[in-house]
Amino acid sequence: MAINDQNIKDLNAIRKLIKQHKKNDSIFAGVGLFVIATLAVALLVLFLDLVIDGYPKMNLDFFSNFPSRKAEGAGILSAWVGSSLVLIVTFFVAVPMGVAAGIYLEEYAKKGWFADLIEINVANLAGVPSIIYGLLALGLFVYEFGLGQSILTAGLTLSLLMLPIVIVSTREAIRAIPVHIREAAYAVGATKWQVTLHHVLQYAMGGVLTGIIIGMARAIGETAPVITIGALTFIAFLPPSPVTDVVPFINFAWLDAGFTVLPIQMFNWISRPEHAFHINAAATGAVIIILTLLMNGIAIKLRYNIRKKIKW
Amino acid sequence: MVKKQEIIKAESKEFNFHYADGTHALKDINIPLYEKRITALIGPSGCGKSTFLRSFNRMHDLYPGNKYAGQIILYPDNTNILDKKVDPIEVRMRISMVFQKPNPFPKSIYENVAYGLRVRGENNKRLLDDKVEEALKGASLWNEVKDRLQDLAYNLSGGQQQRLCIARALATDPEIMLFDEPTSALDPIATVNIEELMSELKKKLTILIVTHNMQQAARISDYTAYMYLGKMIEFDETDIIFTNPSKKETEDYITGKFG
Repeated sequence: MAINDQNIKDLNAIRKLIKQHKKNDSIFAGVGLFVIATLAVALLVLFLDLVIDGYPKMNLDFFSNFPSRKAEGAGILSAWVGSSLVLIVTFFVAVPMGVAAGIYLEEYAKKGWFADLIEINVANLAGVPSIIYGLLALGLFVYEFGLGQSILTAGLTLSLLMLPIVIVSTREAIRAIPVHIREAAYAVGATKWQVTLHHVLQYAMGGVLTGIIIGMARAIGETAPVITIGALTFIAFLPPSPVTDVVPFINFAWLDAGFTVLPIQMFNWISRPEHAFHINAAATGAVIIILTLLMNGIAIKLRYNIRKKIKW
Repeated sequence: MVKKQEIIKAESKEFNFHYADGTHALKDINIPLYEKRITALIGPSGCGKSTFLRSFNRMHDLYPGNKYAGQIILYPDNTNILDKKVDPIEVRMRISMVFQKPNPFPKSIYENVAYGLRVRGENNKRLLDDKVEEALKGASLWNEVKDRLQDLAYNLSGGQQQRLCIARALATDPEIMLFDEPTSALDPIATVNIEELMSELKKKLTILIVTHNMQQAARISDYTAYMYLGKMIEFDETDIIFTNPSKKETEDYITGKFG
């Protein structure tokens, strides 16, 4: 039988249609690429600008000197030590509480209006402006509990900020575990806690760690709540060392010490009229960005390593 | 109709099941499981076979709102495993399960098999080693994996993974093993392996299997129950069900006129 003319026409129409549809593909890909490139370039320019401005200060002395009235000799020693100690407190408060809350909400809590209420609250907490947390902390930790304008107060405040991030990422990681793996564990006679400990927590670890590090990266750059609770802007001494040479080799006096953190140090320098201090501020900004990128990088690497071992 | 000298291992009596959404999934089911025999459940999709099977290890308890009524009695101790006073974990320690899709834990081969024992508090390395070997041999997987017990389980093929899941279910010396369409995700050769394995396993324990594959039921089972729309239509020896069923509906389903 001869080839039907009608069929050939149809084929051409189909090809035209496919071409038309593929055009939409390219349009979207183009727009997407443009938007992403714009954002990436903006961030890169900002970062390079800071690095170039701050380059004269980017040396070891900058990390080992206290701030000073003379811009040349000023460094960020007290700021990075303060930031580190505050983050340690934040970590040890927000991680156990956040992970435990996530597990409870996902595994144990009965579904109902109460769980929904908590769910909405956690989601809202993640969106509350950080200054509000600062005010809460000022009223609660500083005045009500009398913890003072200390590292402990700052750590607790930032852990409030970090908590919703950890809770949400923990819950999402747990939800990603397939039902059939969970059922397999129950089917051999495991209790809920055994399933949680031996399976849920282990398989969710990649997502949980990511949430923790992203939360920490957010906490390290937070300025407003730390200013609100009264962090010092100029500080030329270090808190007592957490490690001592007498038994039990650990002390907690540092929790009570006054402190400053990197973004506040930067803010302090940028508000000075002398140009020399602006160089310091730029260098500090570059340090903060590098730290944040480094932490995000670690998060990505950890997640990749853990996911590589887990397949369903 | 039942051969003499058969011992009843478990029996469902007037068993009804409601899902949380109100679906009346099982209606007055009476099915005995004979000891060291394979009982197959057949019937079209959605007839309640899997729901019935999953009641035997109280899997439905994992999801709130599901309701059991009636009894599933486990002998010789006459325990009604559906009783609220009976802990579902106790039931699962006596009755183990193999799922439709191979579902090994993302852990090593060894840990997968040892897990049931670890849950029971067993940490003695030598005893665990022995039990793991025994279970892997029982699941005819030992020769293939004995040199790589610490490898991750998902590196195994689908058929090997399913045998690993059987080893995991076997390691805890269950009285009854439940198989929920264990070969539906496997190729024909792996299917034959699993079927041969089940015939081997029934020397030691009682088996209940759900299958979509009627030839499979005919090949391996001693008793067959035909279910339809949540009801048990007919239960008898497999030979009789497949050659001379007493109900018209069963015959229609078996001969492919329906379903």
